[in-house]
Amino acid sequence: MLMASGSTPVPGVPSASLLRLENISKNYGSLVANDKVNIDIRPGEIHAVLGENGAGKSTLMKMIFGVTQPNAGTIYWKGQPTEITSPARARALGIGMVFQHFSLFETITVAENISFTVPGDIRELSQRIRAASEAFGLAVEPDALVYKLSVGERQRVELVRCLLQEPSLLILDEPTSVLTPQAVEKLFVTLRMLSDRGIAILYISHKLEEIRALCHSATILRHGQVTGQVDPREETSHSLAKMMVGRDIPRSAHAEARPDGKVALRVSGLSTRERDPHAVNLQAVNLEVRHGEILGIAGVSGNGQQALSRYLSGEETLPVARRGEIEILGDAVGHLGPAERRRQGLSFIPEERLGRGAAPGLSLTDNMLLTAHRLGMVSRGFIRKRVRDDHAERCIREMDVRCGGSGANASSLSGGNLQKFIVGREMMLRPKVMVVAQPTWGIDIGAAAMVRQKLIALRDEGVSILLISEELEELFEISDRMAVMFEGRMSQPVRTRATTPERIGQMMVGLFEASDEMAAEAAQ
Amino acid sequence: MSFLGFTVLSRTETSPLALLAVPLVTVVLSIITMVVMFSALGADPGVVLYSFFIEPLSSSYNLGEVLIKASPLILIAQGLAIGFRARVWNIGAEGQLIIGAICASLLPIFWSDSESAWMLPGMIVVGALAGMAWAGIAAYLKASFNASEIIVTLMLTEIAKQVLYYLLTGPLRDPSGYNFPQSVMFPDAGLYPTFGGDGVRANLSVIITLVVTIGCWIFVTRSFAAFRLMVGGVASDAARYAGFSQRRAIWMSLLIGGAAAGLAGVGEIAGPIGKLQPILSPGYGYAAIIVAFLGGLHPVGIFFAGLFMALVYVGGDIALVSAGIPASAPVVFQGLLLVFYLASYFFVRHEVRRVPQDTRLRGAA
Repeated sequence: MLMASGSTPVPGVPSASLLRLENISKNYGSLVANDKVNIDIRPGEIHAVLGENGAGKSTLMKMIFGVTQPNAGTIYWKGQPTEITSPARARALGIGMVFQHFSLFETITVAENISFTVPGDIRELSQRIRAASEAFGLAVEPDALVYKLSVGERQRVELVRCLLQEPSLLILDEPTSVLTPQAVEKLFVTLRMLSDRGIAILYISHKLEEIRALCHSATILRHGQVTGQVDPREETSHSLAKMMVGRDIPRSAHAEARPDGKVALRVSGLSTRERDPHAVNLQAVNLEVRHGEILGIAGVSGNGQQALSRYLSGEETLPVARRGEIEILGDAVGHLGPAERRRQGLSFIPEERLGRGAAPGLSLTDNMLLTAHRLGMVSRGFIRKRVRDDHAERCIREMDVRCGGSGANASSLSGGNLQKFIVGREMMLRPKVMVVAQPTWGIDIGAAAMVRQKLIALRDEGVSILLISEELEELFEISDRMAVMFEGRMSQPVRTRATTPERIGQMMVGLFEASDEMAAEAAQ
Repeated sequence: MSFLGFTVLSRTETSPLALLAVPLVTVVLSIITMVVMFSALGADPGVVLYSFFIEPLSSSYNLGEVLIKASPLILIAQGLAIGFRARVWNIGAEGQLIIGAICASLLPIFWSDSESAWMLPGMIVVGALAGMAWAGIAAYLKASFNASEIIVTLMLTEIAKQVLYYLLTGPLRDPSGYNFPQSVMFPDAGLYPTFGGDGVRANLSVIITLVVTIGCWIFVTRSFAAFRLMVGGVASDAARYAGFSQRRAIWMSLLIGGAAAGLAGVGEIAGPIGKLQPILSPGYGYAAIIVAFLGGLHPVGIFFAGLFMALVYVGGDIALVSAGIPASAPVVFQGLLLVFYLASYFFVRHEVRRVPQDTRLRGAA
């Protein structure tokens, strides 16, 4: 099954198309995921597929990789009409794919993981892995245990695994979402090298700058249809975004913060020991958020952000003796649970919207009750349904939540709409301090822009906001000061206006001195 | 997970209609299987069906029997369902029933010639509290040491039985009872009044069950406490995020279940039995688990499921004589109900699909 003999690209015939999609359509019931999509990819071409969440990018890739089949249209592989019936068939043809979520077993070594899909004994395989990693500039140690690897290293393992199968087409699904700016640069070097050797790359992303820097051509999808096929190097981010969204996107206004100097949220010397031995422990984390400012926490996810947000929300509590390590408006709250902290004026928007921020299977009205019950929705232990429903409907109206009414099941909403509902609900609590984790992660541009504007509006009303995000662009857009988390440690904060993505990028790999230098510069 | 070219996948959505179909399909399949089984043993299927489902409803005596059997089943199931909705699995209602009955019986045993009107209310309160206390042991162990409440409640049932045997062969044995392991007969003040005519054994516990059912219905549909419990069951991370205490959910679930089971225990000793004896219940505590699920964990559904299960108990006794089926028939039927319930519920949540021929190890990634 594994390798077809003709899977290496044929040099010298670069003009012939490698993969051509002709009028490919796919629908799930009444939902049209792809509508007459045409794409043409030549050997060595880096081709971007650009679109918002739900635009049909994933469905298209699944059809190319054989996970699902089109309802209509033809796929031509090297000029021949081909049915790609399964991922095994796709691999045999010479198509490799690196998924956004890795499929590696954590407790065994890199080579052992790769041996599941590439035949050969481990010793010989290890040598091939070393050879490939040198040839393509992908530093991978075959004997390393996977759980010890960083996200970037794991991605390299996935890439090497694909490359060992000598593909002529490589599909990468949002490959940079987990990488630091420096790691992104390294990845691009590798990808360009692959391109020079004639390997075509389908690059799925919603990050416009990257696409302009890397790709030779781009297909833009909106609502399952192709809305543009362009050379991204000749476009601006703005024009690409317009093709992607279909309208102009307002950038969040970013007026200078006017903090009055009073500290609303203070964390001092917070260290934790996580139960999961593979989790990251917090190490003496210090931070202060003042009234009316947004403090951004940058960092590649998996560096302790999740532990930090759980300790801040009260989902994890500290022993009473250490309660002073977290203060809200001057009160020690480290020992209090989420409900008590909400009463103190904290509200929290978690990164998992469905399952944590909202209960799946329950209606929006019930999800309103989840945290907003103290807005008069409960009287003597009984639920006041009218008050609850009124709040839910008001939230849906004010936040422009697209749903089938307040009785709609939370799981029936798109990620963006559910996030708008959750943000609206937490705003209704009139918080003094808000902790927000990955607020625009995986949601469409329109909803993301709205969420960011609401955060700025809250800040202008004097609310203190802690924004944990792995989207550097977002942090630069709306935060007033930024700190970086790396392996459970927190850097000194720097003023957003006095720093650059490159410096933050250095801090994201642990070079905190960069921030200290800047703090010194700022002090002069 | 594939087998003979088929694989099982989770459904992304479950229709409300399908959830309603689960109890219906369960009951129909169980009846069909039962009839086939007993026919194979030589019984006349018509007679089996008639004696199981028609005859129990044909006389006021039989109807009264159905009611006094439905009463503890419904009572216990209402209590358990509140816990089950919060995913707290109290499997030991049988033991809580026994301890409730033992403690309640102390009043009529020690004041065996009392005529006090406070006797019955006293027994009800003591029985419910004792059931709560017994379930509270499991709640304490779960909340403090994360000990599985399934195992603890189940083992506590065995302990409760031994406590009962010890008391009946020792301290609580009727001194003039020819060494039979049973207590003195309770005075009338310690018995539920009956209604429905001469010889009919339906009693006050039926009314209590009705009241509890209505109370549970209001609690489950209206109260914030029940909402918190339910969220803890369907989305524990969301409950944690909201700040709904898991410990409180454990305590509340087990205490409510224990109180209901204890109350059912009082219903037995102050009802048809009239004394403390080694056999207090034909497994109501276990059958109520099936009743709770068959009723969709909803107070109204449980009410009807309890009546149905009681019908099976009484009908089984009748069919024993009239259709000549084995004495284990009602238990077999309960088993069928449980198996078919689990199976139909599984297919509401999952679907079976053919695996495409050449999909390999990582195919579905």
